[in-house]
Amino acid sequence: MEQFKSTTHSRRSFLRSSLLAGGGLMISFTWFAETAAGTSNGTDLPEWIEINGYIKITPDNIIKILNPNPEFGQNVMTSLPMIVAEELDADWQKVVIEMGPHDNVKLGPQFTGGSNSVRMYWKPLREAGATARRMLMEAAAQSWNVPVEEVSTKAAMLYHEKSGKSGTYGSFASKASVIPIPKGVKLKEVKDFKVVRNSQKNVEGLKIVSGKPLFGLDYKHEGMLIAMIEHPPAFGMKLKSFDAAETLKMPGIKDVFRQKLYEDGFEQAGFDTRTYNELLVVVGKTTWEVMNARKKLKANWEPAGDSKETVNFRGQKREVLIPGQLESTDAQLDKMQEYANKPAEQLRRDGDPEAAFKNAAQVIERTYNAPFLAHNCMEPMNFFAHVTDEKALLVGPLQAPGWTEPTLAKVLGLPADKIEIQMTRMGGGFGRRAYGHYLVEAALISKKVKAPVKLVYTREDDMTYGIYRPMYTATYRAALDANKNLVAFHVKGGGIPEHAIHANRFPAGAVENYLAEAWQIPSNITIGAFRAPRSNFNAAAEQSFLDELAEAMGKDPIDFRLELLKKAKENPVGKNNEYDADRYAGVLKLVKEKSGWGNTENNKYSRGVAAYFCHNSYAAHVVDMVMRNGRPYVERVFSAMDCGIVVNPDAATNMVEGAIVDGIGNAFYGKLSHKEGAPEQNNFSRYRMIRHSEAPKKIEVHFVQNDIDPTGLGEPPFPPVFGAVANALYKSTNKRYYNQPFLGAPLQPKSKPENKRSF
Amino acid sequence: MIKLNINRKSYELDVDPETPLLWVLRDVIGLVGTKYGCGVAQCGACVVHLQGQAVRSCVTKVSRAVGQEVVTIEGLSENNDHPLQKAWLELDVSQCGYCQAGQIMSAAVLLKGNKNPTDKDIDSAMEGNICRCGTYLRIHKAIHLAAEIQRKNPK
Repeated sequence: MEQFKSTTHSRRSFLRSSLLAGGGLMISFTWFAETAAGTSNGTDLPEWIEINGYIKITPDNIIKILNPNPEFGQNVMTSLPMIVAEELDADWQKVVIEMGPHDNVKLGPQFTGGSNSVRMYWKPLREAGATARRMLMEAAAQSWNVPVEEVSTKAAMLYHEKSGKSGTYGSFASKASVIPIPKGVKLKEVKDFKVVRNSQKNVEGLKIVSGKPLFGLDYKHEGMLIAMIEHPPAFGMKLKSFDAAETLKMPGIKDVFRQKLYEDGFEQAGFDTRTYNELLVVVGKTTWEVMNARKKLKANWEPAGDSKETVNFRGQKREVLIPGQLESTDAQLDKMQEYANKPAEQLRRDGDPEAAFKNAAQVIERTYNAPFLAHNCMEPMNFFAHVTDEKALLVGPLQAPGWTEPTLAKVLGLPADKIEIQMTRMGGGFGRRAYGHYLVEAALISKKVKAPVKLVYTREDDMTYGIYRPMYTATYRAALDANKNLVAFHVKGGGIPEHAIHANRFPAGAVENYLAEAWQIPSNITIGAFRAPRSNFNAAAEQSFLDELAEAMGKDPIDFRLELLKKAKENPVGKNNEYDADRYAGVLKLVKEKSGWGNTENNKYSRGVAAYFCHNSYAAHVVDMVMRNGRPYVERVFSAMDCGIVVNPDAATNMVEGAIVDGIGNAFYGKLSHKEGAPEQNNFSRYRMIRHSEAPKKIEVHFVQNDIDPTGLGEPPFPPVFGAVANALYKSTNKRYYNQPFLGAPLQPKSKPENKRSF
Repeated sequence: MIKLNINRKSYELDVDPETPLLWVLRDVIGLVGTKYGCGVAQCGACVVHLQGQAVRSCVTKVSRAVGQEVVTIEGLSENNDHPLQKAWLELDVSQCGYCQAGQIMSAAVLLKGNKNPTDKDIDSAMEGNICRCGTYLRIHKAIHLAAEIQRKNPK
């Protein structure tokens, strides 16, 4: 570990091994002849000239673009460099792409989450590319002694038409690198894009299909040991004592010890969430040896009791009480019902909802419930750490290095510049890897055993020690007048330990009398971001409710939504409405057209529609369901998205397809339940995942064409799937689906017998 | 000592014969293309070929592989040019990519015995492979495409 961040290129590790955007690996260059162990033959090193943090060029015109943001399948390894290449005027097929080091100074916020990657990097990367291009143009203009305005570029070449002079970017890179960075360089017109808005293949596609080491679990380091943790069997329990005598006799085992994570009074930042502060650690030579030896551990656990945590989220410090009780799903449902009947916090109020409900000709009230969900990333949590007294190297899959680094610095007592975090490709993330407790665990274990260590979670560890999607409920009420007009809308939602209500979203703004309220129940079950947090529940509940309302009003469900949106646009109610009614209506109109909504030829399908706005983007889906062998099956889906400019259309389509499959899977089957604090599912044998045959055979994705700067895409298509599926299920079975998961064993609240149904 | 033949190469290894083949491949030999996903034969991330059959290496003892031909994703083709690998790239199937080696290895066994698989054939052959990102639709299309490539260029 000789080099630290801001060093331009380290060839120790496979992480930085380069690939050509065009699909080939640059293995013909001896300087890429690396081994997984991280040694370099050190010969023929290229002379990389750094133009800025994202762009390096060699004198012989090889252009390297660093992807700043962690890759978890959203394809930023391709899409973000595309943006740089576009403005730089590089030849995309010949560009070398590398994952950048963790360096917030040179490479920006480096955070994957909130559908933010393209959104937050769009402008900085365009500017990085355009500014570098301008510096190369100025270098050429100076050398050729011509006005810079007369210099043009194409495919990494510089031209002066009048004199017939030309040169490569590489030949001017050295000179360009010392030119003062110009400000306010003009960006390309959207209509002139050549790379962006054209489908480019995943730059790591070849590595993936040929089994190259890419992921955290694939990372190897000389002398690396394997560590696993034994955590309490139930939320609300802690380690009392243990006997490791038998474990230590097992082959390959080096050590067994207790490891405390945070010291008492540790001030946790927003993403320092961890469930168990004390873990039992087994360290050994190989994964299998450690797995085996764990089975011989004799650990005694005891109730942890109530505890307090100090959380400092964005400067707001507060004490959080973590209740010690051992929670069970049935009792949680009862408790949610109890809270639902108590007064709650008011989030938004327009008009006079109480009076409107009192005077209504008809009131429709429905309650929706959804369970905890586990992220179930295919690559379980893991991280490599090598911590010494002076410095720390951490390598592995994570979404937010910039949030974890300060925590590591505090816990390890090292300055941040002595902590190097390298980001591998992630085998899925979905929000789970924004919580870096497993880096802290790995680092402390390495420090203790004074060796490079990889911490590996088994699937069971991963599923039972999660940072889950919360358990949610919401009751929706609508008041109709004698003419069946919607005059009031009320949502009261809650959750364990957080509610999901977005008070300022549709249909807020479209209804004269509106009330949103929320409550929450503290819990020791740890929760966090899960693909489209909160929205993933709201879009199920609210969009099902709107469907039922439309039916009660005798209206087509799309037309009903469009009517509300028209009102929200022409005569908006209240303040702070988050959505743009035109763009919202736009996706509904597009999906209506593309799905042939209302065409009799589609009558053989049970059709469900839903739409939602989140992460600044708009999504609408029509799902076409059939009964197959007595089970509902979504055979095809039509989708309309508005996320502004689509950087990489085919990859964006892939993302929407995946979100739809993910949505169907979780709507049908997703459920993590608890008994006496213990998760009842610990592997895929009990946690039902959507399988190949259950995925639609056709998904048609349509993007609204506009020149709006890109907004989110990873999350927005996910939430409305739940609503569309629920609405199609109603058409298919003539029963409304209020409790998730819709198939299998849904949540069954005792107090809502009308919500019960069986398949 | 355990003698193995993996990707047409011989190995002599000092490992416990009870060790699952997966961990011998990944930890001992360093072939990390075969993935750990569940450890209980539920997800298919660890599929390799044993005598041409798809097996879940996470529950296959290494002793079972003795005297058998083992093929992993790294040995599926000489130049990453198996019809499935070509089709996967052509349709840009992968999202996170973690499960894809297992998907391809399962599909390879299907295509060996079935030159023109139907939707139903693919459904049943691929039911044991989970893709958390939800790329099933592209996997499905890629298998059809690979079958077509294979029919056009029979070996």
